[in-house]
Amino acid sequence: MTLLYSIFVDPFVQMVQMPDLLAQTLWEGLVSGVLYALIALGFVLIFKASGVFNFAQGIMVVFSGLTLVGLYEKFAAAGFSGPLAAFTALALAVLVMLILAMVIERTVLRPLVNQPDIILFMATFGVTYLLIGFGEMVFGGDPKQMITDQLFLPRGAYDVAMLGGHVSFQKIDIAATVIASLMIAGLAIFFQKTRIGRALRAVADSHKAALSVGISLNQIWVIVWFAAGVVALVTGIMWGARSDVSFALQIVALKAFPVLILGGFTSVPGAIVGGLIIGIGEKLGEFYWGPLVGGGIESWLAYVIALLFLLYRPQGLFGDKIIERI
Amino acid sequence: MRAPGDKSGLKAGDTLLAVENVSLTFGGVKAISEVSFDIRKGEIRAIIGPNGAGKTSMLNVVNGFYHPQHGRITYKGQTRARMKPYQAASQGIARTFQNVALFRGMSTLDNIMVGRTLKMHRGLFWQMLRFGPAMAEEIEHRRVVEDIIDFLQIEAIRKVPVGKLPYGLQKRVELGRALAMEPELLLLDEPMAGMNLEEKEDMCRYILDLNNQFGTTIALIEHDMGVVMDLSDRVVVLEYGHKIADGTPDVVKADAKVIDAYLGIERGVSGPSQESEAT
Repeated sequence: MTLLYSIFVDPFVQMVQMPDLLAQTLWEGLVSGVLYALIALGFVLIFKASGVFNFAQGIMVVFSGLTLVGLYEKFAAAGFSGPLAAFTALALAVLVMLILAMVIERTVLRPLVNQPDIILFMATFGVTYLLIGFGEMVFGGDPKQMITDQLFLPRGAYDVAMLGGHVSFQKIDIAATVIASLMIAGLAIFFQKTRIGRALRAVADSHKAALSVGISLNQIWVIVWFAAGVVALVTGIMWGARSDVSFALQIVALKAFPVLILGGFTSVPGAIVGGLIIGIGEKLGEFYWGPLVGGGIESWLAYVIALLFLLYRPQGLFGDKIIERI
Repeated sequence: MRAPGDKSGLKAGDTLLAVENVSLTFGGVKAISEVSFDIRKGEIRAIIGPNGAGKTSMLNVVNGFYHPQHGRITYKGQTRARMKPYQAASQGIARTFQNVALFRGMSTLDNIMVGRTLKMHRGLFWQMLRFGPAMAEEIEHRRVVEDIIDFLQIEAIRKVPVGKLPYGLQKRVELGRALAMEPELLLLDEPMAGMNLEEKEDMCRYILDLNNQFGTTIALIEHDMGVVMDLSDRVVVLEYGHKIADGTPDVVKADAKVIDAYLGIERGVSGPSQESEAT
């Protein structure tokens, strides 16, 4: 009886009694949810346009962040530091993501076109380990500090008195949420309203029809991989600013899988909603139900939610339902 | 609608496309062997033949999906060994598919707008801003697309995702997308397959209008012999990858080999298939 009480009643009583703590938990869940959504968005972009499940998206987040910080460190060592150096490094990091997209298109996608999906999926494993090795070789394997100040990202927190207590909003979290939202809105406009966005959706729907109207698949692939690279860079900066830039971040990137299962692999809104559900769900679970099992729920709750979804709604919340004609 | 394709400087009746001794094999299977024919500017050219004769393969060769192992293709006076679909499209070859290939998740309007891809040139930056020259460009192309929608009488389904449309309308949208490219050579792969009589009559009217009003050259594959004989100026007949007849509908209709291929009188049903396996 007490067990049932502590599962089904007590957490909600706590939520009502201390609304400021609830608000704090929800806010933290929202922020990590937005960042999960960004990682998932990178997967969705590539999956939609080239049908490849890109296992390397997680490592692209780390690699792009590492490239940014690593380049800045090399500049600083040469006596060139400050905001100007930071933004130069940022521009170069974007350029590196473009080159990466072109190299992947030329050496992985083009030779493997029309191969079964699993082959392309395995190829992205190869890309993952190549990027880990290359990143370590060039920039070293130690965790690095994100260059927050030089990029004019805010520090500190706002303490707001509300709901009979205090809720603290980290400025970097606010910045992350705003930037992520702008980025998602930008991508939505890009997909819906521009010629290239239309071409991307066209390629996602039918390769041969897209070819017949003169859309170049190779060009489209470079564009989506580049877009996914830029999304990865922004994610890398934001995650990096909240913790630090290290290869351990790819564990966080794995959280994108439950997000995708929830949201559907082909849906941009799905990635966002899925990210928020996972982010908020795991923070609430950790805070209110975690103590029942001695804490640590946060690291596996997302996967359990995803498993439940797989049982009842395998196409995700927004994914296209696959109906095979037999 | 604008009259497409006077850029080449070819007059009606000049050879627009010439296929010479083209052979195409997949592994050991010969899909097309030593086929030659031409398409003249401004004509309606039909390609007919029994199932598996290589008709669709022929269209795929013309628009660059397949690369033949032997033979030459001359389009607008330029001979080429292999051509990519992108190049074919940018030189004015548009097509539709046997089993409708549309962008199913997108609306009718967007599907046809995609057909304008090669005509739009503004950079990504301007497009994102949706301002100034990019906006003007978008409006201009939207106008062309609206003309096409009028022409095909599909105003009512402008915003409907094409996956939800009935088959006959999907075929019409697909034709619209091909028209949006302002093609000089339009390849239609069984434009009337699976349609009822009324839909077939509509489609015939669109094809004739395109040809008469805008001078679009059309090559079409069709199984409905009545339609083929009525519409086309010249007919080429394929059987098991070989060309067996070529000429005006009347000539082709009277050809002994064609009658054989369609009715199978003299050589019997199994004869030709064994013959083709031996080659």
